[in-house]
Amino acid sequence: MKLSFKSFLILLMFGLSLAIVSCQQGSGNSALKSSTAEKVFVAPGEYDEFYAFVSGGFSGQLAVYGLPSGRLFKIIPVFSVDGEKAWGFNEETKPMLETSYGFIPWDDSHHPDISQTNGVLDGRWVFINGNNTPRIARIDLTTFETVEIIELPNSAGNHSSPYVTDNTEYVIAGTRFGVPVPQRDISINDYKGNFKGALSFIKIDQETGGMDLSFQILMPGFDYDKAHPGRGKSDGWMFFTTYNVEEANTLLEINASQRDKDFIAAVNWKKAEEYIKAGKFRTMKTKYAHNVYNDETHSATSTMKTEVRILDPGNLPGLVYFLPMPKSPHGCDVDPSGEYIVGSGKLSANVTVHSFPKMMKAIKEKKFDGESYGIPILKFEDVLAGVVEQPGLGPLHTEFDGKGNAYTSFFISSEVVKWKLGTWEVIDRKPTYYSVGHVMIPGGNSQKPFGKYLLAMNKITKDRFLPTGPEVTQSAQLYDITGDKMELLLDFPTVGEPHYAAGIPADLIKAKSKKFFKLDENKHPYATKSQDDVKVVRDGKDVHIYMTTIRSHFAPDNIEGVKVGDRVYFHVTNIEQDYDVPHGIAMIGANTSELLIMPGQTETFVWEPKEVGVWPFYCTDFCSALHQEMQGYVRVSPRNSKIKLSWSLDGE
Amino acid sequence: MKLITLLSILSLSFLIACGGGEKKAEQEAAKPANPNGLTDFEMEHGIGPVKEELQLGAIDPAKVAAGEKTFKSLCAPCHKLDKRLVGPAQRYTADRRSPEFILNMIMNPDEMTKRHPTGKKLLAEYLAPMSNQNLTLDQAKEVLDYLRSVAKEGHEKNIEAAPIFSGQQK
Repeated sequence: MKLSFKSFLILLMFGLSLAIVSCQQGSGNSALKSSTAEKVFVAPGEYDEFYAFVSGGFSGQLAVYGLPSGRLFKIIPVFSVDGEKAWGFNEETKPMLETSYGFIPWDDSHHPDISQTNGVLDGRWVFINGNNTPRIARIDLTTFETVEIIELPNSAGNHSSPYVTDNTEYVIAGTRFGVPVPQRDISINDYKGNFKGALSFIKIDQETGGMDLSFQILMPGFDYDKAHPGRGKSDGWMFFTTYNVEEANTLLEINASQRDKDFIAAVNWKKAEEYIKAGKFRTMKTKYAHNVYNDETHSATSTMKTEVRILDPGNLPGLVYFLPMPKSPHGCDVDPSGEYIVGSGKLSANVTVHSFPKMMKAIKEKKFDGESYGIPILKFEDVLAGVVEQPGLGPLHTEFDGKGNAYTSFFISSEVVKWKLGTWEVIDRKPTYYSVGHVMIPGGNSQKPFGKYLLAMNKITKDRFLPTGPEVTQSAQLYDITGDKMELLLDFPTVGEPHYAAGIPADLIKAKSKKFFKLDENKHPYATKSQDDVKVVRDGKDVHIYMTTIRSHFAPDNIEGVKVGDRVYFHVTNIEQDYDVPHGIAMIGANTSELLIMPGQTETFVWEPKEVGVWPFYCTDFCSALHQEMQGYVRVSPRNSKIKLSWSLDGE
Repeated sequence: MKLITLLSILSLSFLIACGGGEKKAEQEAAKPANPNGLTDFEMEHGIGPVKEELQLGAIDPAKVAAGEKTFKSLCAPCHKLDKRLVGPAQRYTADRRSPEFILNMIMNPDEMTKRHPTGKKLLAEYLAPMSNQNLTLDQAKEVLDYLRSVAKEGHEKNIEAAPIFSGQQK
């Protein structure tokens, strides 16, 4: 076919215009995507705006992410052993995992909450609960390490915890399971009336952060699911959602959902303090572990406590009231002003909001609708502030943006719904992928939310990421909530189940983050602060090696005179005094993990050599260009050997 | 269409790159700079918190004692006096470098081994980067007096100097 020049030109123009159109379309799409990507892009070398502390659920740990990037910075070992950091493996941290049941290497960590001052995040500590063997841990935000764990007696399934009051006076923890208190051998069918639910009030030392189980309120044996302290005008109160007010003990899936309404328990903790002061408590014998890590000895101690003070609410007027709440409420959330108590009945189609001032009025006028175990029940209509009608299915948890809006997760319909406090109108809804559990806005449970992002934590992620066999990754999703409409910005995988999270502006923490431990403040009993002081000491079958590390050698690095059947303690002090220079150490055949020792720190592992020979050890953390040369040997001789203990470095 | 756009972008970027290059060349021609933009002071006395020449007095025995203690705890793992170890022998450092250089090297080794020609040369020789042991200026001055005292002792006792660089004549 022959084309004239003119028709060629026409064709060319046509082709060009097609190209232009396709270019425009292409650039249009990518512009939209790139503007979303820009919102979560933190350029290499730059910092995120927020820290997010995301619990690991059944991993038992607490992960630290940056927002908006979703980058993972650290996994803080809390309730589960961690071979990477020797948590629960070295001699120093083993006491942290002691309980009244002995050493427990795992738990289920659920709800991190950051300390507050005047109802505002202060960035001192994060508290988190161990669900299975009831415990509360405190993480120090200068070292990002777990520094204290306290066990809770009389509790089982420590779920409605830990929640921090306006000035961190208390960290409060409720039990999920009703159990016999004290524990005893009775028929499970005797549940009703015999099983109790303990609400624990842990007093916080404002100087040290130290936790002390001040008292427990022994409630009826309902299931206490979630909790929230009053804020501002409702400060001094604590609200717990309950389910199973039927007190069923089997097939709770059906039997705990018979009644139209369960309760929110409103506890006046300032009144509880008065009763304690007035001596209206009884002291109960019990057993619980209290474990404290010390940053100067770099070691933990575990103490068994034997008593707890009990308040019985049925005999103590004004201590607890019940507010009816539709079907099996889970979330129990107080807005930043402290006026509204939002209950999310997870089998209800509505979100019910109670009013704190109305509650106070009804209490004052004694308008009760009967009682349960001596605890007055208020009338639903008298305390109701409003209802968000038909927002979705399976409301679960609500956080606030500080601009009059609330954001509720809906597990069954997989969405986050934004609604307005006071008018109860739904403003926006966005899908989650999939089955969202809790949501988090930094400061979103305090008086001062930083309402820029919302993090949704999902229970199901199938088809969202590359498959990895039957077990797929868990995930969180980030939404921009600065506009009227929410905007999904990012999916990112998480470690363990991202059950719940607490977020805080990075500026409130990052400057306080410790860089290294000072060697002259090291009070570890086996510290070696100078290479001149290294030694090996025999004490019967125990051999103590006082060792130092610096880039890139161990001192000593040749040890002889160890015998089969000895218990060899490697007490290793990292004598570096600079930021970001940890050293590791691992010994062939040692039945424990490596050590990962921060500058200025001393850690210890035990090795029990079983065979004669010359056995090597080496540095596990890449410390310098000569890291691979950082190694040494221990000679192990037969039990009856006469070889004397000796040690050296470079022949000296 | 796409090709033309691409070509114009490319040629534009060439122009920019070329323009930048000429400008840089001009600056270099104007002043024969020290490497890495170091000042003359930094060339002689190192990069770090000490930015002026110090007036040193006589060696202070109290400082020498304190400095020896710090040296043994924080420096000795890598430095002997009369023998090359992880780092160079320290017997005659006080003869070899200015006091300001010594203080800056102790207090700012990261930058010294990255930007200063002497620091870079030392790193290339020893390969282990010198640790920042976070001494205070007072502690570093004590170590300085200790180094001055051991140099003095070396001269008095005729102690042989260990070579700093391999292949160097003893």
